[in-house]
Amino acid sequence: MKILVPVKRVVDAYVKVRVKSDGSGVETNNIKMSMNPFDEIAVEQAVRLKEAGTASEVVVVTIGPQQAQEQLRTALAMGADRAMHVSAEGDIQPLAVARTLSAVCDRENPDLVIMGKQAIDDDANQTGQMLSALRGWAQGTFISKLEPGDGDVTITREVDGGLEKLKLPLPAIVTVDLRLNEPRYPKLPNIMKAKKKPIEEVSTDDLGVDVTTRLKQLKVEEPPARKGGIKVSSVAELVEKLKNEAKVI
Amino acid sequence: MAILVYAEHNGSELKSGTLSAIACAQEIGGDIDLLLTGGDCAAAAAAAAKVPGVRKVFHADGAHLEHHVAENVAPIVERLAGDYEYVVSAASTSGKNIMPRVAAKLGVQQISDITQVVSGDTFVRPIYAGNAMATVQSEDPIKVITVRTTSFDPVAADGGGAEVEAIDAGSDAGLAQFVGADISESEGPELTTASIVVSGGRGLGSAENFHHIEELAQGLGAAVGASRAAVDAGYVPNDYQVGQTGKVVAPDLYIAIGISGAIQHMAGMKESKVIVAVNKDPEAPIFEAADYGLVADLFEVMPELKEQLKSG
Repeated sequence: MKILVPVKRVVDAYVKVRVKSDGSGVETNNIKMSMNPFDEIAVEQAVRLKEAGTASEVVVVTIGPQQAQEQLRTALAMGADRAMHVSAEGDIQPLAVARTLSAVCDRENPDLVIMGKQAIDDDANQTGQMLSALRGWAQGTFISKLEPGDGDVTITREVDGGLEKLKLPLPAIVTVDLRLNEPRYPKLPNIMKAKKKPIEEVSTDDLGVDVTTRLKQLKVEEPPARKGGIKVSSVAELVEKLKNEAKVI
Repeated sequence: MAILVYAEHNGSELKSGTLSAIACAQEIGGDIDLLLTGGDCAAAAAAAAKVPGVRKVFHADGAHLEHHVAENVAPIVERLAGDYEYVVSAASTSGKNIMPRVAAKLGVQQISDITQVVSGDTFVRPIYAGNAMATVQSEDPIKVITVRTTSFDPVAADGGGAEVEAIDAGSDAGLAQFVGADISESEGPELTTASIVVSGGRGLGSAENFHHIEELAQGLGAAVGASRAAVDAGYVPNDYQVGQTGKVVAPDLYIAIGISGAIQHMAGMKESKVIVAVNKDPEAPIFEAADYGLVADLFEVMPELKEQLKSG
């Protein structure tokens, strides 16, 4: 089984994002960037399938600026075999990403695509589903468990209020949720080894994909600030306030 | 202008998220039709027809639609979409599962999780887990939209009388097959839709102590959540996690016990209407977001809190 894992370079999950004063977006200069946390889980799952002998090869791909190769190196250090960098600048939106990944699938013919359920920057939660629709492949979103079968995978998805199990014939696309696994920290020897693993560079033009921005971002603002609260001195006072002032209980 | 709303139901009535999606459609403005799919769900279609302001309910019924498998539902939405300028659904796990497929097949860029309608083509949506709000404009001929249901008060479920039209349900795409479901094993309400959430953090000190949170939640009829620190420390499973990389919640009341208020946690709960924080560190950042803060050792106040809030 050959596995393709798309990864995205995003502002690190522990950075407090700041909205630019001109409202054009959030500050990303001199900010720590990392692999999207959901994508790390996807890479981890693919590497575990390789270690279990289920997967024959794990290929990671990213679409973004030159610096996004740092995230590919991280994925290679975690255990992916090789990487592809589709160079692109600016805001590449989910439909464009899905079309690009579909073109990558034409080249790579993976049996399984494992990807994050959403990126923590634009929070769109679309790309995996779009890729599945474009390719006509089976879809399993928000998965917390993956069991490989013979020509299929059985997945458990996190749905509102519980869990759902689906069997997906291959090729299939799954998007991962937090419960699936805990990604490893790459060890130093593996980080060194990853530097020698190949990264193929292609452009969206090479792939023949139109990545024009369709959804125009007019402005970005701080969310409405919460009004300053008060300190209460006892449980009795708290309960009284919740009942009579906030009226929430 | 016409708007198609993808309606979710439990077999007999519409889900509250869909009533919020309809409220959003009303703000956009135009004739509102519903599409309801499922297996043997005529009762739900009849219930959908009672929502005031709905023009028509399209009802697609078939065994292959019973579990709302995305590959089977999306083609029906897509087939109807050509007659509409908007296709709207709740940003529920089902809406998120299905709508991007529709958008991709229509060749349009979906607008996810909107919290506000600015105009017919301009919407506000949270990015970076709500740490910033983006105003976006779509020039696509059909706007595929999912709606953050906590931002729109649900419309009434009764009082209207729309026509129900049975439509071709299509066939099984032969892709994902439903194997089984395990819905809501916990007794409490579901975390993302509960009106009260009680969350515990590292201050609890151990998995054994987490029962304090569960008991308080039980007394209030609340859902149980946790900070990432508590999850990482192994107190509770990952699906309890509220935060940027966990679940985003916006209940009427959020009670944070022993949670310091890391950025990544606050991103998941700061849209809550009322926030209560109990923490022994008066400098904890959670107090900046809390409407009511109690500086106290949680183990000293928990028994009284449990007792008093239970009677409440």
